[in-house]
Amino acid sequence: MSQAVVSAKSLRKTFGHRDVVCGINFDIRPGICFGILGPNGAGKTTLIRMLMGLSPVTSGDYHLFGSDVSDTSIHSRVGVVPQQDNLDPDFSVRLNLKVYAGYFGIDSKTAESRIEELLEFAALSSRGDDQVATLSGGMRRRLMVARALINDPDLVVLDEPSTGLDPQARHLIWQRLRSLKAAGKTLILTTHYMEEAAELCDELMVLDHGNILTRGSLRELISEHVEPEVVAIRGLHNELDAIELCEGLDIRRDHVGDTWFCYAIDARPLVARCAERPELTFIHRPSSLEDLFLKLTGRDMREEA
Amino acid sequence: MILFHLAPTRVLAVWRRNFLVWKQLAGASMLGNFGDPFLYLLGLGYGLGAYIGDMGGIPYMAYLASGILCSSAMNTATFESLYSAFTRMNQQGTWESMLATPVRVQEIIAGEQIWAATKSLISGTAIFLVAGLLGGIQQWETALLALPVIFLIGLAFSGPALAICAISPSYDFFLYYFTLAVTPMFLFCGVFYPIDTLPNPVQLIAQLLPLTHAVALIRPLLTEMPLTLPWLHVGVLALYAAGGFTLATRLASRRLIR
Repeated sequence: MSQAVVSAKSLRKTFGHRDVVCGINFDIRPGICFGILGPNGAGKTTLIRMLMGLSPVTSGDYHLFGSDVSDTSIHSRVGVVPQQDNLDPDFSVRLNLKVYAGYFGIDSKTAESRIEELLEFAALSSRGDDQVATLSGGMRRRLMVARALINDPDLVVLDEPSTGLDPQARHLIWQRLRSLKAAGKTLILTTHYMEEAAELCDELMVLDHGNILTRGSLRELISEHVEPEVVAIRGLHNELDAIELCEGLDIRRDHVGDTWFCYAIDARPLVARCAERPELTFIHRPSSLEDLFLKLTGRDMREEA
Repeated sequence: MILFHLAPTRVLAVWRRNFLVWKQLAGASMLGNFGDPFLYLLGLGYGLGAYIGDMGGIPYMAYLASGILCSSAMNTATFESLYSAFTRMNQQGTWESMLATPVRVQEIIAGEQIWAATKSLISGTAIFLVAGLLGGIQQWETALLALPVIFLIGLAFSGPALAICAISPSYDFFLYYFTLAVTPMFLFCGVFYPIDTLPNPVQLIAQLLPLTHAVALIRPLLTEMPLTLPWLHVGVLALYAAGGFTLATRLASRRLIR
């Protein structure tokens, strides 16, 4: 087996007296898309910042390509798409890439041919000479992905790559990321979107309050932790009402806000009962990462931690 | 962190980024750079100069021109390293984007400092020419030596300003630096009159400030006044440049890497 791209042993990060990452262990195999999932404040961004040497490790080992993360020369093999837009607003699209290539010490001839390829890749060829300020949110994010690829990295790290984008822009980004994976690059992405993790990730790690709740492939995680079907019901008056509705059926219930989630191996009998009560609105669907998260933490993924 | 572990290509890349931004707006930027000093020279040099006549044994225009050259180098480097650098550090995330590459904090600070000194040199050259036209330069043989000195003055003022930038919570904070450091230097370090007219304790403080040494170097190079202890002045400026760099790097690391 080839060497892990990233490995963490007893990795801990403390801000003041608060543990943000609580002594966790994981490693990331080359060539996969590894998803770090969790609500805001779970420790995702801190993991990424430590990986890039932007935040000192409090204790434990954190290795990138076999070197300690404090060795920043390793950055020549990594591309980063940060959460916050930090493109250069004073430059054109092309000049953004050109200047960034300079930080890696890439000579201008190599950079120029690379830039044309990347503009093509990011579907920005026709916008090369436009100022960054004139681009849409989706285009800017694609430019950030292109910028992260200027050094032809082996690993691309993306911190919430599709946050704040509309669905079309998001699908275009996902499609580009899949093609990167097909080209053999390792991807690490943090997200709090279940859909994004499901679309892209071969392996997932679910974090909450700096601890790993579980990890594995999407299919493994769901089959291991949650029943295959779920009925999400609104319109029930109270817990008693919910108990009554599910009486005699093999059902596990969770409750978030005004919605009851009822998990079952076969949910059809429950669906039939719901259909008899016109005041209820309900959806019957296969269970997803969202449900997994709810089960593991007792909270909705979208809630603030 | 090894402070002086600096890869020249990466320092240059940081410098080049700023240069390319400047190039796009060079016209407007130049106008601002030498507009102010030009007005000072005209207004005070001619206006006040007519009453004063000579100062320190040379015409007041020549006396003032060398002082203004120094204070404009100070202002240019200070502005660039406070306001512009703060925008790159805080608002635009430019420094953070650099840190995702092999570029290190000390290389960012070095690139910024050399860039600020470059801007001092650009605006200084413009004022140098204006001063020449207005009769502010008496000794053309040694006057050209003033240009590398202006670059050094830029480094000396940029370093401390970058350190202030690195601890500043907002743009408003810079006003303290101007009121407590820049303006007093402008008024008490020999730009407009010889410092030996000041009370002794004030003179002593003035001797510790970089602008005093900048003026003490530049004025003799441009005029017929004698040059004394040149290496002392160079040394003080170099000390401010290196000390500012060290402090700014440490403070910026603390801010960016946490």
